[in-house]
Amino acid sequence: MSVFDKVIAARLARGIVTRPIEYEKSGAELKDLVAAKFSRSFFIREVDTGSCGACESEIISATNPLYDLQRFGISFVASPRHADAMLVTGPVSKNMVLALKKTYDAMPEPKLVISAGDCALNGGVFKSSYYIAGGVNAILPVTLHIPGCPPTPLTLVKALLSLIKRRC
Amino acid sequence: MEKLLFELTRLGIVPVRLTNENEVYLEVSPADFKPACLALHKLLRSTVMLMFAEDRRSSEGTFTIRAGFIGTKQRRWFFVEQKVPGPAFGSIAKEIYSANLFEREIKEMFGLEPEGNPDGRRLRLHDEVWSGGYPLRKDFESAVSGPIGNYPFMPVEGEGVFEVPVGPVHAGIIGPGHFRFSVAGEPIINLESRFGFTHRGVEKMLEGRDAASAAKLSECVAGDAAFSHSLAYCRGVERACGIAVPTRGDYLRGIFLELERLYNHVADVGTIALDVGFSFPAAEASVIKENLQALNAELTGSRFLKHINLPGGVSRDLDQASVKNLLAQTAAATRDFRRLREILYASVSFLDRVETTGALSKKLAEDLGVIGLAGRASGVKLDLREVFPGVYDGLKVVFREKGDVLARLEVRLDEFEESVRQIERLAARLPEGAIAGDEVTVGSGQALGWAESWRGPVLYWLRFTDGKLERAKIVDPSFHNWTGLSAAVLDNIVPDFPVCNKSFNLSYAGNDL
Ligand code: SF4
Repeated sequence: MSVFDKVIAARLARGIVTRPIEYEKSGAELKDLVAAKFSRSFFIREVDTGSCGACESEIISATNPLYDLQRFGISFVASPRHADAMLVTGPVSKNMVLALKKTYDAMPEPKLVISAGDCALNGGVFKSSYYIAGGVNAILPVTLHIPGCPPTPLTLVKALLSLIKRRC
Repeated sequence: MEKLLFELTRLGIVPVRLTNENEVYLEVSPADFKPACLALHKLLRSTVMLMFAEDRRSSEGTFTIRAGFIGTKQRRWFFVEQKVPGPAFGSIAKEIYSANLFEREIKEMFGLEPEGNPDGRRLRLHDEVWSGGYPLRKDFESAVSGPIGNYPFMPVEGEGVFEVPVGPVHAGIIGPGHFRFSVAGEPIINLESRFGFTHRGVEKMLEGRDAASAAKLSECVAGDAAFSHSLAYCRGVERACGIAVPTRGDYLRGIFLELERLYNHVADVGTIALDVGFSFPAAEASVIKENLQALNAELTGSRFLKHINLPGGVSRDLDQASVKNLLAQTAAATRDFRRLREILYASVSFLDRVETTGALSKKLAEDLGVIGLAGRASGVKLDLREVFPGVYDGLKVVFREKGDVLARLEVRLDEFEESVRQIERLAARLPEGAIAGDEVTVGSGQALGWAESWRGPVLYWLRFTDGKLERAKIVDPSFHNWTGLSAAVLDNIVPDFPVCNKSFNLSYAGNDL
């Protein structure tokens, strides 16, 4: 048996590892909505404007096989030109203001901005710094904020569901 | 130690102060600063581990600049200290390259000119948005108005040479940085990186805070090393103010520090595979990472091990059931991890992609001051857990010689196993008792705190006055190691840059502060 067969056999023996039912339910709902309203795909461009990195880590985790955000039709894309929405993390460092605006400008209409993490709301713990331009909404129109420091993958998915529902 | 003292005495430099345990300060005149640094650099074979200024004008009338070295044999930190009235000080960067970025940092944050440093460009306060002002001076209030500038990149010219600019917004879900590749044909002939995009002014924000609120902020400096940062910070406070930590608290810190290493190492093993297009092990690794972070949350309430460290100990205890859970789950993670390892080694094409890719020689690593995980992969054997063992017992320092992507991968593979072994040991010997001191008073004092994070040494030099932070200097290993990445990618092709980058996996936030 090759090592691959072994790993797959072990995975099969362990059964489905996907996270809680509640999540499954919200995810399935999301999938139908995405299929109906966004032609089966909702593309997000992620931008870090000064995050500590933990917010990114959780967003990446939302795409792991346990949360598997992609199976609901939501994907992260490399180019803003393919994106329906932008997901921004971190307080906005002065150095990122221009890049943030340019990324937004590169996205086709209609477009949404979502902010994630307490820093992105209003600067969070870095609010009073000499180098923070503010939260994301000081620069761009934000449709949805996802709280947390950092928000967990589950929180991220639930929030996305609520947004898509609201918009549809 | 004797030889060292002899050599310093011969140069006319005598140690004047031994503060704390393991911290030696040599107070020298500006003229002696360079010779003293060179002597320590050579005798200790230490890179400049940290170098920073402090605005002491209100109390002493001058700035103070310190350069810190580590004596692994002596198990001590050595600081060379000079008083600088301003506006300039003598650069040591031409002789000791690892001082270069620190000097540029001092220049932009304090307005002190490192005379003789050939590179005067700012690191974090970008010329395009910052009109002037020195944030870490005590009398800084806000940016002063002045002309906005431009950042000159080093031009690389010649027939067929072209530039590939990348970032600050990258294709993946990752921090911002700007990489400018100069390419001739396929191979990279120069990589110039520009950082600072996540600069938040952390060091300034720490000033004036009390010990507890600063602890909270230290967890937001580099989120994937939140525990290491708060640990280094808390140790700094404890050493500065003579606060004792109960043994059980120390053991628990050891366990949590290794748990942080586990989830990060396995994540990197996965992303290295992913960046050469090998998605199956990457998916496996992400499952193991998730399980380990879920374990963190079960044990401590935080997936990133936040809100645990506080001056004087930890706030989370592990009862017997938790310890059992910890051991069972790390054992399960190890089984999965070994299978992951097998998958990688079973693929010849994977090994072909990572072997010899992004190689950083030991000589170059030493010269550039590359430390931590990336340093050990190139044969630089420094590991603070070995130099200052504390609760660690019989730690096996993992290292390789070749310094390529495979070496950095293998250091992670072996360190994962070693961390599990250490967790088992610490858990087996976990002493009874309190987890934090009950009367913790933070008064005045100065000290260095440190932790060997999964990336390498995290350092916090702190000065407290009447319970308030007066100066905090933070060094994340990323600040040392980004230069190593620029050197490692030379002669590699641009498409291999992502895998080289992932094999270092440095923190943007930790670098930019
Ligand atoms: S919200 Fe928290 S986790 Fe996210 S970037 Fe800010 S400090 Fe880091």
